[in-house]
Amino acid sequence: MELFDNLALGFGVAFTFQNLIYAFIGCLLGTLIGVLPGIGPLATIAMLLPATYALPPVAALIMLAGIYYGAQYGGSTTAILVNLPGESSSVVTVIDGYQMARNGRAGPALAAAGMGSFFAGCVGTLILAAFAAPLTELAFKFGPAEYFSLMILGLIGAVVLASGSLIKAVAMIVLGLLLGMVGTDVNSGVARFSFDIPELTDGIGFIVIAMGVFGYGEIIHNLSKHASEREVFAASVTGLMPTKEDFKNMVPAVLRGTALGSLLGILPGGGAVMAAFAAYTIEKKTKLKPGEVPFGKGNIRGVAAPEAANNAGSQTSFIPLLTLGIPPNAVMALMVGAMTIHNIQPGPQVMTANPELFWGLIASMWIGNLMLIVLNLPLIGIWIKLLTVPYRWLFPSIVLFCAIGVYSTNNNTWDIWMVALFGIIGYIFIKLGTEPAPLLLGFILGPMMEEYLRRALLLSRGDWSVFLTRPLSAGLLAASVLLLVVVLMPSIKAKREEAFVED
Amino acid sequence: MKIQSQKDFFSGLMFMGVGVAFAWGASGYTLGDGARMGPGYFPLALGVLLAFLGSIITFKALVVETVDGDKIGKLAWKPLFFIILANLVFGACIGGLPLIGLKPLGLIVGIYLLTLIASNAGEEFALKPVLILATLLALLSYLAFIVLLKLQFPVWPAYFTA
Repeated sequence: MELFDNLALGFGVAFTFQNLIYAFIGCLLGTLIGVLPGIGPLATIAMLLPATYALPPVAALIMLAGIYYGAQYGGSTTAILVNLPGESSSVVTVIDGYQMARNGRAGPALAAAGMGSFFAGCVGTLILAAFAAPLTELAFKFGPAEYFSLMILGLIGAVVLASGSLIKAVAMIVLGLLLGMVGTDVNSGVARFSFDIPELTDGIGFIVIAMGVFGYGEIIHNLSKHASEREVFAASVTGLMPTKEDFKNMVPAVLRGTALGSLLGILPGGGAVMAAFAAYTIEKKTKLKPGEVPFGKGNIRGVAAPEAANNAGSQTSFIPLLTLGIPPNAVMALMVGAMTIHNIQPGPQVMTANPELFWGLIASMWIGNLMLIVLNLPLIGIWIKLLTVPYRWLFPSIVLFCAIGVYSTNNNTWDIWMVALFGIIGYIFIKLGTEPAPLLLGFILGPMMEEYLRRALLLSRGDWSVFLTRPLSAGLLAASVLLLVVVLMPSIKAKREEAFVED
Repeated sequence: MKIQSQKDFFSGLMFMGVGVAFAWGASGYTLGDGARMGPGYFPLALGVLLAFLGSIITFKALVVETVDGDKIGKLAWKPLFFIILANLVFGACIGGLPLIGLKPLGLIVGIYLLTLIASNAGEEFALKPVLILATLLALLSYLAFIVLLKLQFPVWPAYFTA
């Protein structure tokens, strides 16, 4: 019953006219930012942070949270319509979402993303409200060895993302891990692979790789085909809403994604991205119903599940923030900054010392999710119109927005040169038949994996068996091996080849 | 030995090359041992792993039969050249090229140049629609990025504003 009292308090705070306006502005701004490829919530929140000094703390946090969600929704929109993952968590949505758009089903794809996210957001908020305290207990059990094994599991799972050659996918993951090594090594301060270029000491930006490989590479490849062969978007857009059949397929996918996302989001350290990949992997493992489109070709479950997972993950990633004071990613770190500016120390005391802040924030997250779906669903029709623009108008715009987006991260032209380089690399990847999605996952996880490996070995004083002697870690590693075996087994292999026969 | 799959053959070579390059670079840093890993440890291991995977891929490309040889096909030099050039020119407009003493020409000029160059990458090129597109993009970008988001970009040529 205490839960309901707290929620009532929260809604009382969140439903004030002023706070609702702030939530709305935040969501609107966030969606606009998210839709523009290349400009993400991090840059926006950083820019708007000073503006929030003047606002009361609850209002400031509500607006920032609105921007964060809005950007995620917007990011999914671009991922589906233009094949550009604006956020690390949209990398998975790109795979089936873009294919759905090409088949004239952009509307259902956008709706699936929106509704899956909304449902997951609601569930995530409830979990946040009800289980904040006990769930942090769980997070405490995860030591560096467990994290490392979890990431191994995630990477092996990512191999399933590739519809082509298994070993090439693994190689792409390793390549991604290596690219993540570029930059300054945190432990020793040594600048690795930086060729004495100061910009490289911070590493290669995620946006740079994403824009170059997904954006430029794809455009160059598309332009190389004649207009007739070019896979243009289907002239007839079949309906804006998912069909009843779609709904039936989506519901279990969304439920699975939400469960996975809620669990993985609690782990401090960016659960939302891994949750999206993991959800997609699990969906792929489930049997296809007769008549369903195979994964990688536009299966609505491949959009609904990761979207639900990453939204649930973002919600539950507030748990380590609000209860332990540990920000799970850079955006949350900025929120910690915002709280500190308003003299609030995030941590276990927030719940008791500033209950109206804590519960008000939780309630406004729910309101934010609702506002986003209200904002975005009607707009789907407008987004679809964008797809009917002739390609020769669309592609220079994409080139421009990629360049601007990349520049706006650091205000350094170096990033624009890097995007050009990765555009060439991306085109080479397409020509060689190697998949970029596993590379991106490897890139994101690489530095973290190294960190956890180091820590685990440091704690065990060089004893490698620590990964097997700790039960959770051993379990995760066993799951990875099992997954690998299942994928490699000849009979499954034959079915896999069959399922992924392309042209 | 016939190349059974061109794509796999060359991707294998690429992976091997990159793996060896990273491994060679990594060996230049302190390696340390298991308990105290130096900066070179993980990259070296990964580089070796990548080179190994690459060699397997290349081997498979020579041995496993494919239906059509998995050809790479023609490279799209024209689109590649123009898209990348458009990007580079835009970068020069925003940041200037200190090497040759070129001051930033600004966002607006950059957008026009980028649109004009990039449109050459397609099959047809008609000046008027391209100019209209460039103007639209310039207007939109100005409103969205400069006015609304207040991003810090040089908008007009430095020769005029300096």
